[in-house]
Amino acid sequence: MTQLPPEPGEPTGPGPVDSPQRAWRRLLRAGSPRATRANVFAMVLAGALGFAIIAQVRQTSLEGLDTLREDELVRIFAGVDQDGDRLAEEIRGLQSSLDLLESQSTNEAEAQRAARERVAALGILAGTVKATGPGIVLTISDPDRKVDAPIILDTMQELRAAGAEAIQIGDVRVAADTWFSDGEDGLSVSGVLVRPPYVIRAIGDENTLAGAMEIPGGVTATVRRVGGDTDLQIRDEVDVDALLTPTPPQYAQPVPTATP
Amino acid sequence: MIPAIGLSLGIIIGLLLQPAVPVWLQPYLPIAVIAALDAVFGAVRAILDGIFDDKVFVVSFLSNVVVAALIVFLGDKLGVGSQLSTGVVVVLGVRIFSNVAAIRRHLFDA
Repeated sequence: MTQLPPEPGEPTGPGPVDSPQRAWRRLLRAGSPRATRANVFAMVLAGALGFAIIAQVRQTSLEGLDTLREDELVRIFAGVDQDGDRLAEEIRGLQSSLDLLESQSTNEAEAQRAARERVAALGILAGTVKATGPGIVLTISDPDRKVDAPIILDTMQELRAAGAEAIQIGDVRVAADTWFSDGEDGLSVSGVLVRPPYVIRAIGDENTLAGAMEIPGGVTATVRRVGGDTDLQIRDEVDVDALLTPTPPQYAQPVPTATP
Repeated sequence: MIPAIGLSLGIIIGLLLQPAVPVWLQPYLPIAVIAALDAVFGAVRAILDGIFDDKVFVVSFLSNVVVAALIVFLGDKLGVGSQLSTGVVVVLGVRIFSNVAAIRRHLFDA
């Protein structure tokens, strides 16, 4: 605030009447607290103005739709309509992408389930997983050492033909590459010596398997003919728990197939 | 100082009381506030011009408010309320700007 009077030699405003110093002084003099009627009126009116401003500001912020004019309402309505259309469009887009993702995840889960099933089936076939289920336990006793590899091989063929899904002889799992030969003191199954009595466990349809063993001229008859004996048990639950370690193929390479 | 104190006092009272504007006053209050602001700026300019008169200020303040409200009332009755309100706001806005320009010239010499 410049309340000092202008110095005579100082370059101030252009004229004495319009100089800013005089104007500020005049404003301060008019606003200085004096108990005149003018000041009282000015204060009352200014107070009323401030009060009115606040009331109006509050009212404007509170104002709902009921005080708006028709054209404003139409404008708001059109805006809401547009917003609704836009949001509905967004909902449709999101819904379709949700559907897409859901179907993708369903396909993926389906493929995973199928792959797990394939792994289990191939594992049973290859002898890399334990198997359990209904089947038979065939015990071949051979006191005269006359039951040789061809008879056991025939037994395996018969069991396979009768639908056996998992077979083990002694503690050796029988798989696609299992071979039999006569050993020193028993039977060599893929190089593992198995001594009599030979306990063969096979999982499959138990009645079909039992029937295949006991048909005339079949395994039972052949074993009896060479002096051995068989004991066939039909069980609701046969455990084939011997495992094979799969050896990776040395020469054969899988041909990649185009997946659909 | 006194009018400024009065203005702040009114604002504080308004904030404390949280007044609700009565329905019959709602269309007129905004225009009345603009008109009162015009009167205030006119008074400040008159002080700087050295022609301020308290009676003139009070009468111009009150008449501004009353005339503004009357114009809005008449406009509403004639069905041109919104247009007339806009017109009043434009006129008062122009006057406020010219008054502020005069005040600025006095106070800042620019």
